[in-house]
Amino acid sequence: MSAEHSSITSPKEHTSARPQQSLSSQIQNATGLDPACCYQCGKCSAGCPMANEMDLKTHQIIRLLQLDLDERLLASEAIWMCLTCETCTTRCPNQFDPAAVIDALREAALKKVPGRVPKRISAFHSAFLDQIRMHGRVFEFGLVASYKLRGGPLFADVESVPSMLSRGKLTFTPKKIEGIKALRRIFEQCATEKSK
Amino acid sequence: MSRIGVFICHCGENIGRTVDCARVAQSLGDLPGVVHSVDYKYMCSDPGQVLIKQAIQEKNLDGIVVGACSPHMHEKTFRKAAASAGLNPFLCEMANLREHCSWIHEDRELATEKAIALGRFIVEKIKYNRPLSTIYIPVERRALVIGGGIAGIQAALDIADGGRDVILVEKESSIGGHMSQLSETFPTLDCSQCILTPRMVEVAQHPRIKLLAYSEVESVDGYIGNFQVKIRRKARSVDETKCNGCGECQKNCPNKKIPSEFDQGLGTRTAIYVPFPQAVPNIPVIDRASCALFRGRAKGVKKVVCGKCAEVCGRNAVDFDQQDSFVTEKVGAIVVATGYQLYSIGKSQELDILRGYGEYGYGTIPDVIDGLQFERLASASGPTGGKILRPSDGKEPKKIVFLQCIGSRDPAKGIEYCSKICCMYVAKHTMLYHHKVHDGKAVVFYMDIRAGGKGYDEFVRRAIEESHALYLRGRVSRLSRDGDVIRVQGFDTLSGEPVVINADMVVLATAMRPQPGIAALAQKLSVSYDQHGFLNEAHPKLRPVETNTAGVFLAGACQSPRDIPDSVAMASATASKVLGLFSKELLEREPLIARVDRMTCTGCFHCERVCPYGAVERKTLTDSKGRIIKVIAEVNQGVCQGCGTCQATCPSKSVELDGFTDEQIYAAVNAI
Amino acid sequence: MNIGYFPGCSLHATAREYAESLTAIAAALDIKLDEIKDWACCGATSAHSTNHMLSVALPARTLMLAEKQNLGRVLAPCAACYNRLASARQAIAKDKEIAGRIQAILGQSFENSVQVLSIAQLLSEMTGEIRDKCKRPLRNLKVACYYGCLLVRPPEICQFDDPESPSSLENIVKAAGATPVQWDMALECCGGGFSLSRTASVVRLSRSILQSARKAGAQAIVVACPMCHSNLDFRQGAINMRDNAPEPMPILFLSQLVGLGLGLDPARLGLSRHFVSPQPVLNFINAVKLQAEDREHA
Repeated sequence: MSAEHSSITSPKEHTSARPQQSLSSQIQNATGLDPACCYQCGKCSAGCPMANEMDLKTHQIIRLLQLDLDERLLASEAIWMCLTCETCTTRCPNQFDPAAVIDALREAALKKVPGRVPKRISAFHSAFLDQIRMHGRVFEFGLVASYKLRGGPLFADVESVPSMLSRGKLTFTPKKIEGIKALRRIFEQCATEKSK
Repeated sequence: MSRIGVFICHCGENIGRTVDCARVAQSLGDLPGVVHSVDYKYMCSDPGQVLIKQAIQEKNLDGIVVGACSPHMHEKTFRKAAASAGLNPFLCEMANLREHCSWIHEDRELATEKAIALGRFIVEKIKYNRPLSTIYIPVERRALVIGGGIAGIQAALDIADGGRDVILVEKESSIGGHMSQLSETFPTLDCSQCILTPRMVEVAQHPRIKLLAYSEVESVDGYIGNFQVKIRRKARSVDETKCNGCGECQKNCPNKKIPSEFDQGLGTRTAIYVPFPQAVPNIPVIDRASCALFRGRAKGVKKVVCGKCAEVCGRNAVDFDQQDSFVTEKVGAIVVATGYQLYSIGKSQELDILRGYGEYGYGTIPDVIDGLQFERLASASGPTGGKILRPSDGKEPKKIVFLQCIGSRDPAKGIEYCSKICCMYVAKHTMLYHHKVHDGKAVVFYMDIRAGGKGYDEFVRRAIEESHALYLRGRVSRLSRDGDVIRVQGFDTLSGEPVVINADMVVLATAMRPQPGIAALAQKLSVSYDQHGFLNEAHPKLRPVETNTAGVFLAGACQSPRDIPDSVAMASATASKVLGLFSKELLEREPLIARVDRMTCTGCFHCERVCPYGAVERKTLTDSKGRIIKVIAEVNQGVCQGCGTCQATCPSKSVELDGFTDEQIYAAVNAI
Repeated sequence: MNIGYFPGCSLHATAREYAESLTAIAAALDIKLDEIKDWACCGATSAHSTNHMLSVALPARTLMLAEKQNLGRVLAPCAACYNRLASARQAIAKDKEIAGRIQAILGQSFENSVQVLSIAQLLSEMTGEIRDKCKRPLRNLKVACYYGCLLVRPPEICQFDDPESPSSLENIVKAAGATPVQWDMALECCGGGFSLSRTASVVRLSRSILQSARKAGAQAIVVACPMCHSNLDFRQGAINMRDNAPEPMPILFLSQLVGLGLGLDPARLGLSRHFVSPQPVLNFINAVKLQAEDREHA
């Protein structure tokens, strides 16, 4: 508890600008959004379809960001629960964009505390991006197989494979796009791009 | 040769810390024409002023330069001191060594050099100063009050009781304003109409108040003490001199289904109507947009469609052919008390910056009402006789959700300010509801409770503790219809829990906005307004009821959201300002105004075109036989604000601004 | 009319019927769909959740290819792809620095000139043609128009329709002859990308959408997103098991409904590929047709 709270800037420190390295300034640089403009009305959390399943609600995520409580924030499952439905962003009275902030937090969490990312969700994202890196497009059969290999639930949805096949919804033969080499370069460049 | 005295003030450490005041005094003392130059710790103090007075008398000075703070602070002080020693006050000027020098610099050497330059600037200027004398303008000691809500009523009564005539203009057919619509008032829960209607009657009966209801200000000319106001008296279609207010016309009007504005659309009225029984004046008006006869006329129907009201009128007061008429009144002061309107959550908004609330259904969900509608439901004189019933089906709601800050504090919807009164009236609503529906549950979604005021916070606590209103901290994301209940999807940030409530009725505390048409009125009055349309006071702290246009004052919610006590206090403040103004027959003003040289003026009237205040008038010069020599520009001393635009524009250099003549400015500039 | 076409990965696989029906109505409405050559995946949720630059660069590459093909406007029928493409376009247009970095990453110059359209935007322009060519077999068919999260939101990206009370789908559906119902969940999220990774959430969210449509008396739900379709159609079996197996709710792609309205052969619209059989809708259409014929005979 005390360790976590030690990172709250004391009132004295508040008289100077936020330190450049703080999470809130990083997120502000990445998104152009100043967490200070959130007044914690909770309208985002009220409309969030995932609020019931989140350990931190949307406005609490922004609050922890205001307090620069990095550890709690980046290790939270909540930032991975966001569906990016943009309801919060659409209705925010301060024209803040919680969905964009959460995206930026996920990116920061992957860099700083990759071990704390919920396994299934990180497995899904890795599998998904692997598909694009390999073929340029996502082949759902490959996606599901790769997701399961990376730690997704092994037997879930297996029963639906035959019905998928009979409806012509699954293809087994991935085809690469022609510009796959150029596309892979994009992946490499984006991986090394430092956020602003 | 001039005999100028220079007085350099240390302003404690404010100037002395950065500027070597002794050196400044010494240096300026060496200038030609300067016969006396000293420095002193506090020039504005009594001993400081004595130094100036003594020097004037002993050294026979004909010009004073005080190097101290901004002239905004102490020019008056030093000019008075000069005057008391027998020197024309306009031969005293200040060099600003504090705001323009010591406060903004650190290098003592350079700052001292700059202070010397600033002093030299004024010394050279003052060599060309002429003695000027105060201008006196006559005052028309009658006031105009615009708006007949509680603020306007209070201002009118206070001015009239102070012994001055008042013209009260109200755009609706009755005075009373929004206060007449309220049920009870916070924080005492006394009945709004019971305390308001006696004051309305007082207005009607006051020998010094001329009430022009159903009228609007058309144009305003003139200046403080001398305004000419043209007022449009809208056609009531009823002769005020004949009508005795018997109400027969209203009873017999066949069109009874028009939504009543007074009841916020929850009740109905007739086409010829008085808005409410206690209306002042108690004279009906025909709403021509809904009256069958006028609609027939507009369509070009030859036959007279209706005329019931005229038939039953025993005094022949109904006049279908009445036209708008105009009256012009001369007044010395104007009080603006135009009040407010409520923000509507609808899709169409009259201002581009405003957006409606789609997430709350844009106002299309029945039983989602606003605060004024709730007032009408709770009011004994309202459409339900004071019973809280749903507009949709007339059922008694067992659960009402109140939402605060709708529109207010919501930059996304275009309004960032707090409407100030909502926290209090929502608490009041929960109490009224609890008093009327004992088994009803009131739930309030709020962001902060702002209950600063005498007895205010205690009042909110009573709503929570005695009327058991449940206060949840958070904004609601969405209102939606679910059968005949309204699904309220909110959040309680205090517990961190999402909250979904199925409400029978939802009351929105929507934002207070200035009246529509405020911008047009402000332009007529040359009063500035903010981006929301609220009128600007002259100084937010020290001149809260004055405006930058002398003689125009502000009362109530036209200036910013205000509750009744605030509005009344402001109204009384404007009345005291007006009475103070009217206590003199002549108004004094500084003579720093433009002057036209009759000899050289060619009558091109560039000055007339550029003058922002309309102060330039045309004057015909004639010879002794009455033959026209030429038409030249002349400056109205009452209107000119001394901005100097005419001086800069005049092609023949015929306009000079007293106190800032070309000669003075050139001399000053050349000195640096 | 010629328009660029970005099918996206789903339309080549799990949402093949969306592509099929789209091709069919495009032909009927004289729209030539010009597929962007060698397009790649938009990156979807996974890219924007993990790497902001990648989430802009992947759609930017596709937009650049479209630009090279001189496609002024591109249709992205999948609402999620549409959102990614339109967001990337705006991010590049709004921020010169991002624009510069993206060009560096793509290694090519790029004007960002291509406009991105959702299917709602495209068909809103075509309601006149749809109405003219409508064979009116959908008379009295009650449908719930489901926008989901991303078709008209966020308003800064879409700049189309009202983000809180939209009407574009209703107008298209009316032009095609069907009757939209008033309902409450048109903009609520179905669970989107959690279909595989958090299936329980999808079941919870999609369930309330199905219940609301049913309560409003809808005979089918019309969608404009393969993800919404998959969650409401593929997962409906699991959902309905929790609800005492109510009458299944057919989920139609907007293009399928318009195709039916235009009188196209259901087989060309891929209706057989759904998990929830749209047969009740087809039966209703047939019954209406028979009634009409009867009336004519009488």
